[in-house]
Amino acid sequence: MSPSDERIQVRARKRLGDFLFTCDIDLPASGLIALFGASGAGKSTLINLVAGLTRPDEGRIAVGSRVFFDGTADVPIEQRELGFVFQDARLFPHLTARQNLMFGLKRAGRRSRTLRAKPDAVIDLLDLASVLDRRPHTLSGGERQRIAIGRALLAQPRLLLMDEPLASLDGPRKAEVLAYIERLRDEFEVPILYVSHSVEEVLRLARTLVVLKSGVAVAAGPIDDVLQEPAVARLFPAIEAASLLHCQIRAHDERYGLTALEVDDGVTLRVPRLELAPGTSIRVRVPARDVALSLSRPADVSTVNRLPGTVTALEILDATHVDVRVRIGGRVPLLARVTREATERLGLTVGLPVWCLIKSVALDRATLMLGQKPPATLSCVPASSPPAANDAQAESPR
Amino acid sequence: MLTPTELVALRLSLQVATIAVACSLPLAIFVAWLLARFDFPGKTMVDAVVHLPLVLPPVVIGYFLLVLFGTKGPLGGWLYETFGIRLIFSRSGAALAAAVMSFPLMVRAIRLALEAVDRGLEAAARTLGATRLDVFANVTLPLMLPGIVSGCIVAFAAALGDFGATITFVGNIEGETQTLSLAIYSLTQSPNGDAAALRLVLISLTLALAALFVSEWLARRVRRFIGRA
Repeated sequence: MSPSDERIQVRARKRLGDFLFTCDIDLPASGLIALFGASGAGKSTLINLVAGLTRPDEGRIAVGSRVFFDGTADVPIEQRELGFVFQDARLFPHLTARQNLMFGLKRAGRRSRTLRAKPDAVIDLLDLASVLDRRPHTLSGGERQRIAIGRALLAQPRLLLMDEPLASLDGPRKAEVLAYIERLRDEFEVPILYVSHSVEEVLRLARTLVVLKSGVAVAAGPIDDVLQEPAVARLFPAIEAASLLHCQIRAHDERYGLTALEVDDGVTLRVPRLELAPGTSIRVRVPARDVALSLSRPADVSTVNRLPGTVTALEILDATHVDVRVRIGGRVPLLARVTREATERLGLTVGLPVWCLIKSVALDRATLMLGQKPPATLSCVPASSPPAANDAQAESPR
Repeated sequence: MLTPTELVALRLSLQVATIAVACSLPLAIFVAWLLARFDFPGKTMVDAVVHLPLVLPPVVIGYFLLVLFGTKGPLGGWLYETFGIRLIFSRSGAALAAAVMSFPLMVRAIRLALEAVDRGLEAAARTLGATRLDVFANVTLPLMLPGIVSGCIVAFAAALGDFGATITFVGNIEGETQTLSLAIYSLTQSPNGDAAALRLVLISLTLALAALFVSEWLARRVRRFIGRA
């Protein structure tokens, strides 16, 4: 069974005082899976249940073909073949950095001959060669956390668990360790369960997202899908509600400095020139706020992108705003955030044909991550930062 | 420098205290671990029994030992008949009395050290594939080392100094059970023994100071070893 076929299944109930944790998730065990939520939402409970540090009242926990917990089995922590990186590195103070690194490896080596993570590769990946002979108390916070990550990785885990590994580090150290986690995610095949309450970390690292709220897993799945859910989007104030569109570069218009993107048969977006070859697949984000609706074909407006579509759903967000889902072309879903006043004035209802005016189109961060690694500021696009740098705006100022 | 009699008493004292500490250490670690890590019915009782030697007059402890470990006592009788071991009026008996008297001090020091061990480190070790026993041997025990060292030194000093329990249980036999304290007592009881007693008192003092210095030095080394310096 290849790692990508394996799944992480956690169906568990656990009462901790007044707090009742319930969760039922089933995720592919691959890439970095972020467990996101406010403090007290049950993120750490979930990860501790998987590790065996907390025992569920009832349920079933399995990773791949191994059942860790069910009615009859409760596999001891040390036999679960996991790696755990704690918020406070938890290095053994009586051992050197090297001995810390080898702690799990020595014990895993007794289990099997073949090593998935080799010491040299891990030391190299995390740049640990220069600190190997030092004691933990002489290391910086970032170095300590890197040793802890290497130690967990060298234990030859089937799954790496990380419980807010950056939370106790200051800004520069955080950036340092974050970059290493990114490398680790890309260079080792081990799936990672990553607990975080930081939107930035989640956006930068995760491919799969589980959102927890008051002990309940409210959403789980590929990050882009989960972020589309309005209930989840509200938890990410830094991310605007937006539509993600898959498209291909069709042609460049040299005269006006525009690039045409084909979203679907007959649906074309035009954006400021992108230096990408025709045929390249990219993903773009269309912020819901930047989509205006019109009942008639808009002729005398400056907006370049005007697309016909049909209203498929309406959701009242608050006293002022309504999210309108529109299908453009045959099947492309687009989200428009308009005022409630406009909704009533235009008489928007499901099934009504409308014209969408798209004021801006931004390259999706996942697109930016393909190929060459972008500079750190580009790989993380919380929309709260000034968007000008990485938005390919189709119109003059928003 | 030292007279043969003094040398005998000194050597005996060191021997008795060393045996007492060495033999009670494993049990002390076990009891400390039990008291620090578990809640079980009768825990208060165990705790109280361990601490009895601190609060009872030593002579009472000596009496209990006499009753239990005398050749006619339930334990002593069995030991004598099965293995031919006689504790009463013997060097081993002196070590037993010293061990019992110093046991609570040793348990207290070790228990404090154990309670100070970060259980998060133990959890981390288990996630790295270490069994409970492995964790205890390779994480918990090394981290407790400062407490174990200081517990041993305090217990050693207490064992050197015991008087009441020893004299009650094993008597005051020169060359067999007459430790420094007992020898000092004997000298103070005899006419013209004052000068000789003073010499032994000075030896005791030196020993005590040496133990303190060694303890300090060891504690510093151990702290450096476990990376807390």
